[in-house]
Amino acid sequence: MGNIDFTPFILSLKLGIVTTVLLFFMGIPLGYFIAYSRIRFKSILEALIALPLVLPPTVLGFYLLLLFNKRGVLGDLWEKITGHQLAFHFEGLVAASLIFSLPFMVHPLISGFKSVDKSLIEASYTLGKTKLQTLLKVILPNMKPSIVTGIVLTFAHTIGEFGVVLMVGGNIEGETKVVSIAIYDAVESLDYTSAHIYSAILIAISFFTLLIVYIFNKKFEV
Amino acid sequence: MIFIDIEKKLIGAEGDFNLKFSFSSEKNVFLSLFGKSGSGKTTILRIIAGLEKADRGKIIINNKVWLDTEKKIDIPPQKRNVGFVFQNYALFPNMTVLGNILFAMDKKDKEKALEILKEVELLALKDRYPNTLSGGQQQRVALARAIARNPEVLLLDEPLSALDFSVRFKLQDLIKELHKKFNLTTVLVSHEPQEVIKLSDIVIHIENGKVLKVGKPLEIFKNKEISAKFSFFGYIVDIKKVDILYLAVINIGTDIVEVALTEEDVKDIKVGDRVLVASKAFNPIIKKAPLREP
Repeated sequence: MGNIDFTPFILSLKLGIVTTVLLFFMGIPLGYFIAYSRIRFKSILEALIALPLVLPPTVLGFYLLLLFNKRGVLGDLWEKITGHQLAFHFEGLVAASLIFSLPFMVHPLISGFKSVDKSLIEASYTLGKTKLQTLLKVILPNMKPSIVTGIVLTFAHTIGEFGVVLMVGGNIEGETKVVSIAIYDAVESLDYTSAHIYSAILIAISFFTLLIVYIFNKKFEV
Repeated sequence: MIFIDIEKKLIGAEGDFNLKFSFSSEKNVFLSLFGKSGSGKTTILRIIAGLEKADRGKIIINNKVWLDTEKKIDIPPQKRNVGFVFQNYALFPNMTVLGNILFAMDKKDKEKALEILKEVELLALKDRYPNTLSGGQQQRVALARAIARNPEVLLLDEPLSALDFSVRFKLQDLIKELHKKFNLTTVLVSHEPQEVIKLSDIVIHIENGKVLKVGKPLEIFKNKEISAKFSFFGYIVDIKKVDILYLAVINIGTDIVEVALTEEDVKDIKVGDRVLVASKAFNPIIKKAPLREP
């Protein structure tokens, strides 16, 4: 047990937290727009957001790799700004996670926005409150279960993703070697003890995060 | 002074129809929009509040232009200063009773909020959340919240239709009281003649988006809902033969009544038929009844 390296866990945790926080702030305006606007091209946007759910991770990983490497559009830009490319770096993992975890944040938020009674929103308007005030004081506080679901699912899915992470990030110690990669690595090198420990901890984390969602949502059901 | 003149194409259950409505009066009036559901009453209310767009029209309230489609003026609901009371109350579940009232004020004035809560007899419940209150209590909060803004127009959209009789009567009194005490201009949407007669100064009868009649409540209801005849629809539950007469047991609403019939009458009715029971009101007995129905 003493020689188990916990860096992959810290890396996974960091990736999960950064991705979830960024996606939360992206997901609110995106979910709001999709839930309430009546513009025609909305369906295209919805299809794009749901795409990561159905694509094999390798397809997504392949294109992201093309985009993120130093000859890719984003990778080139990133290299000019920071001095290193996006692929095979932590920032690249975050960027990839933002894309493949997007539906896990946006879908619960959309159903949350739609679940808020329209007359509450109208009441707030007639009481002189702007759209932003209404969002912060009326809409968001009345869709807490959806917010919790979005946050937890995004976090859990980001930590659990393997294919995209491997293709975009590779297997670099302390930079892109997250838990799911570390398990693969351990199995490859026949280090079953490490693989067991990593896997067991990952199962426990996933189970408890999901448990939190269900307990929390039950509390708000009444 | 209020002036409303609006038009809007509506999609109804029996095809599209044009909503056409105009009205003007001094302020502090209690106006009721009366008519069947689907006649466009609620839409008029929502257009006044700015929650729905009119195709064409003009709304001027106390010399402020809220809507003028010709001049492309359409003030958003936030700036119209209305008090809107929704049929389903629309209280914010995440705020206490007091919180709901304070939310309505641009400048939070706790003392004034408490005073209004006292007025609607809810002071004791100020720290409760809306979902722990009864329907009647919730609608009191909704009224208090709508008044807390000192609205230029109070708009009531079938506010009492979800409540049972006894609560409804008490709240009608409260609405009347608040209307007077706060010098409000009030527009009520209702399909209850009793409510409309009790509360309004002026009634506008609307059908299929058109104004049928405008007048004082008793003028509007003179020939229709008020007559010297009682009549009710009911269903024949049973027909018994008693000596030379027949006794029909009829279910009217929640009541069961027995009516004596001759052999002639019985010929063309049978158990299960829908019948009209009518009587001239020459000598009805009227007694004060307890508020709650037995």
